[in-house]
Amino acid sequence: MMQDNVQPIQDMDIAISSRVRLARNLEAYPFSTRITRAQRAEILEKVKKAIFSDRDPDFSSGFTYYDMNAMKPLDRQLLVEKHLISPEFAEGQNERAAIISRDERVSILVNEEDHLRLQCIYPGMQLTEAWKRCDELDTRLDAKLGFAFDNVSGYLTCCPTNAGTGIRASVMLHLPALSMTGYIKNILETCSKIGVVVRGAYGENSEASGNMFQVSNQVTLGQTEEEIIAGISNITSQISNQERMLRKELYKQNPQRFEDRVFRSLGLLQNARIMSSEESQKLLSDVRLGVIMGLIRHVDLKKINDLMLMIQPAYLQKLAGAELRPDERDVRRAELLRKNLVPGGSL
Amino acid sequence: MLCQQCHMREANVHYTQIINGNKVEMYLCSQCAEEKGKLTFSPQLSLGSLLWGFGLGGGADYPGIGQQTVLRCSVCGMSFDDFRRMGKLGCPNCYRVFRENLEPILRRLHGSAEHTGKVPAGLADEIKTSNEIERLKAELAAAVESEQYEKAAELRDRIRELENSGKNGGAE
Repeated sequence: MMQDNVQPIQDMDIAISSRVRLARNLEAYPFSTRITRAQRAEILEKVKKAIFSDRDPDFSSGFTYYDMNAMKPLDRQLLVEKHLISPEFAEGQNERAAIISRDERVSILVNEEDHLRLQCIYPGMQLTEAWKRCDELDTRLDAKLGFAFDNVSGYLTCCPTNAGTGIRASVMLHLPALSMTGYIKNILETCSKIGVVVRGAYGENSEASGNMFQVSNQVTLGQTEEEIIAGISNITSQISNQERMLRKELYKQNPQRFEDRVFRSLGLLQNARIMSSEESQKLLSDVRLGVIMGLIRHVDLKKINDLMLMIQPAYLQKLAGAELRPDERDVRRAELLRKNLVPGGSL
Repeated sequence: MLCQQCHMREANVHYTQIINGNKVEMYLCSQCAEEKGKLTFSPQLSLGSLLWGFGLGGGADYPGIGQQTVLRCSVCGMSFDDFRRMGKLGCPNCYRVFRENLEPILRRLHGSAEHTGKVPAGLADEIKTSNEIERLKAELAAAVESEQYEKAAELRDRIRELENSGKNGGAE
């Protein structure tokens, strides 16, 4: 489960999470395209040692080791749903491991496309915080592992699209108003012209996948990490402002229709007996909007954010403590949603 | 629809096989399709070949075309032709070996081919010095060009000083 946060986090009404990842390779080894299994195993050992034999016990004891090969597909899928590993990484080849911090904010993927992918994910709009933590981890590991670096090209990566800083900064945004009105299209086009990618967070049909969009940088070379972070933060805040204005405008234009949509969705979630992943994402998006606009008061934002995570297939099966068929999952999902969204928690 | 091979995962590959003129159609998940060894999932268009379409990546000067010499990384054995096909490099040394051919590709991708971001802790001073030397050398050339010989002499001394400091580990 996500951390409880004591301090208020910025822009939680729109920004779901902020993520920074760095691509790094060890100078002494070929990239994944040319590497042998024995070399992959060596890298894995070195990284393990660098983390778990660190002199600072606060650092070394803060991580858990996940051997991809030894894990059940369901457990791997759970890490994907929590955005701690990539779907490709979960395909589970040999000599692959994820080293994840106890607070589940840092994950180190070993033997992905690059030898190392360092990732920090924070709730809300906290790109700078995520970058700081990634930066520290990178400096610490570099001293022990020796990352491939070149004065001209910067950090060297398997694919030249990541070379230089090796950084990918991304923010997940909930954009129901921009998506509903179709204005999102203009934003996608404008962003693509300035080297920023905006895409549906779970596939093409954004409405069905809860109106979640991921904004991230494409350029990794020729700009400093701070410039890239500032650029993404800036664009994100501009998009967020437009979304906020549009939400208010939509409500003002026709409050009954707005409220009807929100409460219809809530009603379905409070009563349905069978609920697919797609449908619940779509309905939760409406309810999330209703909570932020102050229309729905008996549930808080954290609960909605948690539910968005919990309704996913692997998470649901983890909660049930058993493997479930898709039709069984739909029943469980409906139960879970009713329990959490009906006032008093009764069915 | 479930995969007709494993009956577990969602099918996402329409798989057609023709054996002795008989067409066999199946719906498989990507894992089963791959395991069958019938399909390889390398994308049809690699980054390298796409960029080649822009006339980048060495263009006509590319030594692999119409010439005997093939540009090849001595560390991992990858040729520039391999990179062109895969869009991915073989090892850190590839960046150094293929530098000239990679430059236009990096420029196309990022709008720049020069890293300005984070530098590994140990290298920071070294790089600062080498950048400073580069800058002074350009200034020196300009000074000579404009016949400012006094300034040129000063610059030359400063460059020497920096170059020596690098060799002696910075101690005078």
